[in-house]
Amino acid sequence: MSGFQLPLLGGALIGLSAVLLMATLGRIAGISGIAAALLPPWPEGALWRWPFVAGLLIGPLLAAAVLGRPVVAAPPGNAWLLLAAGALVGVGTGLSGGCTSGHGVCGMARLSPRSIVATAIFMAAAIATVFVMRHVI
Amino acid sequence: MSSSARGLWQALAGLAAGLLFGGGLAFGGMTDPAVVQGFLDIAGDWNPSLIGVMGAAVVVSFIGYRLVRRGPRPWLAPAFHLPHEYNVDAALLLGAALFGAGWGLAGYCPGPALAALPALLPGTAQFVLAMLAGLGLVRLWRAWRADQPTRP
Repeated sequence: MSGFQLPLLGGALIGLSAVLLMATLGRIAGISGIAAALLPPWPEGALWRWPFVAGLLIGPLLAAAVLGRPVVAAPPGNAWLLLAAGALVGVGTGLSGGCTSGHGVCGMARLSPRSIVATAIFMAAAIATVFVMRHVI
Repeated sequence: MSSSARGLWQALAGLAAGLLFGGGLAFGGMTDPAVVQGFLDIAGDWNPSLIGVMGAAVVVSFIGYRLVRRGPRPWLAPAFHLPHEYNVDAALLLGAALFGAGWGLAGYCPGPALAALPALLPGTAQFVLAMLAGLGLVRLWRAWRADQPTRP
């Protein structure tokens, strides 16, 4: 089970981040919502989101230094596929009001019915997409 | 606490939470799209490690949220900001399906895509720009729809 130690550590750190944000600022650690609030017009009291995103960018650099190996890898596919995928993720998380973090972690932890439904659907859609890409096309 | 001191503490709390989140994504393997797609590929050479990431994150948040919500308010803000929508509507269903398709295509969800930006890898910036454009488009659409007169 040693292969599960880093995933469990990573998940625990993500959970601690969500708890810290709720304990200090009373906010859900939902990345799509935080990213959307970086776009103007800026909502009131949104200033904490910039240092959060700075930390999000620096965190993997620290993890790479600790592990002594690169942790970030390039996404597959050409630029057009990645533009389409990014647009789907942006429109989709905007419409559903959350992503893997907001619905999948924070919403599930709150036992929110909307988040449980959203998580089941985006997991199923992602599994179906990878199945079609790898085993059908 | 003066308002400027409170603003500084709020910024530090945001930075600490971001560092924990970005470090957690990286330790958990979520910043590698091959790991994410390997997890989603249940019919192929399945990589179950992300169950550990999601599971640990949900369990820690579940326990931590319950401890935190015993307090009357957050330490650095006047009130808890929790989503107050409860109904499952068409936007939730359609949005989750579109998001899942994009997540499967690239192996990136919003957090890992942003966290990967400093590595300057090919494709990450395109993904993030398209994602921000999509989020902005939905915000514009919501604002436009809120301005429409309601039908009798």
